[in-house]
Amino acid sequence: MKPAPFAYARPKDWSDALKLLADGARPGAGTQSLGPLLNLRLAQPDTIADLRHLPDYAGVALGDGVLRIGAGTTHAAIEDGAVPGRIGEIMAAVARRIAYRPVRNRGTIGGSLAHADPAADWVAVLPALGATAIALGPRGERRIPVAGFVKGIFETALANDELLRTIEVPVLPVGARWGHWKFCRKVGEFSKATSCVLALPGKPPRAVLAALDTPPLVIEDARALMGDPLAEAARIVSGIPGLTAWRRAIAETALRRAVEMASGP
Amino acid sequence: MTAEPAGLGVGASLRRKEDARFLHGLGRFVGDITRPGMLEVAFLRSPVAHARLLGVAKPAGAEKRVFTLADLANVRTIRANSALPGFRVSEQPALATDKLRHVGEAIAACVADTRAEAEDLAASCELDYEALPAVHDMLAAPLPGSPLIHEHWSMNAFLETRRDDDVSGLDAIAAAKVTRTLRTARQCMAPIEGRGVLAEWDPRLEQMIVTTSTQMPHVTKTGLADCLGLDEGQVRIVSPDVGGGFGYKGILLPEEIVCASIAKLLGRPVRWLEDRFEQLTGANCREHHYVITAWADRTGKLLGVECEATVDAGAYSSYPFGACLEAAQVGSILPGPYVLPLLRCHTISACTNKPPILPYRGVARTGVCYVMETTLDALARQLGITPQAIRLANLVPPDAMPYRNLVGKVFDSGDYPESLRRAVAAFDLDAIRARQAKGETVGFGLATFCEQGAHGTSVYHAWGIPFVPGFEQAYVRLSPDGVLEVRVGVHSHGQGMETTLAQVAHEILGVHPAKVRVVHGDTALTPYSTGTWGSRAMVMAGGAVAEACRQLGERIAAIGAALLQVQAGDVEVADGKVRRKDTGGSVAIADVAHTWYRAPQNLPPGVNKGGLEVTAGYRPDPDTGTHSYACHACVVRVDTETGAVVLEDYLVVEDGGKLVNPMIVDGQVLGGLAQGIGTALYEEMPYDEMGQPLAATLADYLLPGTTDVPDVRLDHMETLSPWTTFGQKGIGESGAIGPPAAIVNAINDALALLGAEVLDLPASPPRVLAAIVAARSAKR
Repeated sequence: MKPAPFAYARPKDWSDALKLLADGARPGAGTQSLGPLLNLRLAQPDTIADLRHLPDYAGVALGDGVLRIGAGTTHAAIEDGAVPGRIGEIMAAVARRIAYRPVRNRGTIGGSLAHADPAADWVAVLPALGATAIALGPRGERRIPVAGFVKGIFETALANDELLRTIEVPVLPVGARWGHWKFCRKVGEFSKATSCVLALPGKPPRAVLAALDTPPLVIEDARALMGDPLAEAARIVSGIPGLTAWRRAIAETALRRAVEMASGP
Repeated sequence: MTAEPAGLGVGASLRRKEDARFLHGLGRFVGDITRPGMLEVAFLRSPVAHARLLGVAKPAGAEKRVFTLADLANVRTIRANSALPGFRVSEQPALATDKLRHVGEAIAACVADTRAEAEDLAASCELDYEALPAVHDMLAAPLPGSPLIHEHWSMNAFLETRRDDDVSGLDAIAAAKVTRTLRTARQCMAPIEGRGVLAEWDPRLEQMIVTTSTQMPHVTKTGLADCLGLDEGQVRIVSPDVGGGFGYKGILLPEEIVCASIAKLLGRPVRWLEDRFEQLTGANCREHHYVITAWADRTGKLLGVECEATVDAGAYSSYPFGACLEAAQVGSILPGPYVLPLLRCHTISACTNKPPILPYRGVARTGVCYVMETTLDALARQLGITPQAIRLANLVPPDAMPYRNLVGKVFDSGDYPESLRRAVAAFDLDAIRARQAKGETVGFGLATFCEQGAHGTSVYHAWGIPFVPGFEQAYVRLSPDGVLEVRVGVHSHGQGMETTLAQVAHEILGVHPAKVRVVHGDTALTPYSTGTWGSRAMVMAGGAVAEACRQLGERIAAIGAALLQVQAGDVEVADGKVRRKDTGGSVAIADVAHTWYRAPQNLPPGVNKGGLEVTAGYRPDPDTGTHSYACHACVVRVDTETGAVVLEDYLVVEDGGKLVNPMIVDGQVLGGLAQGIGTALYEEMPYDEMGQPLAATLADYLLPGTTDVPDVRLDHMETLSPWTTFGQKGIGESGAIGPPAAIVNAINDALALLGAEVLDLPASPPRVLAAIVAARSAKR
């Protein structure tokens, strides 16, 4: 379980990074997913561009009611409170249940989102929070709503010559309600079904169903789900093909319990 | 003899001497050891389960760095035969030549300066093979028409066993009868340290020195010498720190033979370190299938059991325990701790295109206990009596000890019913029933079992496997400075024997444990032993060390008496001194040592010329084994929407006879328990119809983590074994035996109101939910 030979590059700035990318390098952030893929020789890139030393790659800035989270911010930093306010509390609670602390120490929010494993936590949570991904390419920055960012298993809306640079999350207004539930066989394992519900005052609640080996399902208007979780969860899940009976059951449970949490005291 | 509880000898919870190095990261494992000029090995392995191998094309320019069997000199196949009638012999080649019989079977060894480069070489070899249908289903494997894995056999089975008591009359007289089809998953042992081997040829000694992660260094030496065609004196096995054995480290591996052979050919040290992929696709164990019927009278008393058991033994009989260690023991273990009048049992060790089944902590007993205990609960439900009532109706009573059961096993001592009563009394059953009445799916489960350990010659000679354990030997030597050196052929890899054997020596001679040095893990330094397996070390090596110290004590006493100017009979050895019985005047053992080595002019005439070194042998009489026993009890909560199971409470009442170090025993029970919880709820290595393993990473093969093991309550009874030195019993495996039975019984108690019952292990959320759904649709 040793990687096939590859070259290691450490770009010093973003243009350097984009140039490496154009030359076919594979970007690496915390490498908590890429590392095992290399060791299993499922990924055999010629060059890995280590993004971790880019300026402003990690860190959180607040302005104009929006939090700008550097793609290289680690799960551990988020768990430890790097993101301020109510949304920071929500994100810290999500981060705390990503894999294990050694993974969180290196794994990054942007790396996880760009890797686009359907079972990953940020892939499920960020669409519900109304986040926007900011990509950087040769033509400059491009804004991509996270709700449409993950296109398939390990597939994203990023072009081949683009890097994920920042994730923007709107600050939550007073009175926002949040629900999040995921099923893991044991602590730290990949989720087998995740659901999130965000209800903002004066707006229809938004729900996400994820971790079902498909891109996350975003329900922009989840009023029906909030009104009749039992029937509506069953209806939503029945539309997802290829699930085993057990997976359908926990997917429905995930929706119901996320709704319950968002509706609770 | 018995030391004060606060003392340092037998019965004291002494802190482990070995922990200083482990806690400081100073343990030395094979992976920590390198040699100048050492080459690393990566194996080219079979990608398919069953095929005819037509050829291996080595990468151009690297022909001399890739070794097939044809490149190795006179290497013999691994043969782990059995004398049991009808056993079919398999020949496991060190490297496959004409046929591939399981995914992962080694075909060629690639050597390079680094492992990564060696893997590059392996990746650039080309295999030519003709695929054959994979035999993946153990129930179909032995049937006519199934492709033969060993083509000279008449069927895909290593062995069948039968016991044919007449149970035909039981239907007429029984008040209850249940039949169940039950299955346990194929598992993979997952020690933190995988296997590893570093082989080097010493031309001066003409000796193959193999540093390997093994729990049985001497048996490995015998097997390796045989396969390499060397005298046993030409093989030295060094087993340094070993990061978990569990049975997997007791097996002679083809990789050990190949590395040794290449090291000799090249004249360079060669090392192979098993990676997690190799371990997860290799260290197979446990997979059982049962159809069992049990009959009981109105009170729950068992009238008889009929059982058809199949074990998936994989493709080869592994050395030394063989392919039948699991299945062929089913019949003898099934009666458990109970009085069973009739048993009809047919077992089959099926041969399939999977890696060989290997012994794993609990060997056979974990599956058999699961089957017997869940069947008892099913009987109890049918009779409307409690799980404790049906067990109390059948447990061997203390006044029957020693008790010989219907298959001839002899239980040495114990109060089995008391362990059950103590366990049940530790729970508030009324509170659990009240929660159930409110609709909560919580349940209470029990399992009782006994564990035969340290079984010796009289048990093993009939098996006729490559070794038969005989007298265990220990060597003790008093050094000139008074330090006592204890050398044993067993290996300590988590058992804490560097501490407990020092406690035994202290118990006999009074030398402070800090001044006792326990040496193990090197065949050049220690007496021959079959090693650490079968919960035997504390009984066998403990007994041998005690006997050697006793004999050494006589020699010390003779010299000490002369120094004290009295007769040998007038002194005793205690507290590290030779003491006059009358005046109490004494001389330190260290002064006796000084006299023997450095002032021999003061030795008495006629002194024993053997000096202050003794090798002594020990075997309990009878040597049919000690029987520790336990009652496991737990409370679970089942989420009926997901099938998830939470362990709310877990209790073990355990009787291991005299506990040499109670703290270490607690550690043994807890470690085994974590593995038992893995068997019960998590661990599963499925194979598809092509014979491909489907859980080849730790993301797929789930092991319980620290947060998945609850705070366990441990309670000990200490009924001495009448047959062992201090009354101690083997206890190393018991924690891993009970959990699947206790946990599934608790799950089924929780689901009883829904009419649902879990039958297969592990009781994973999909299985639990499927049982609930099936019960719901049956009701409709």
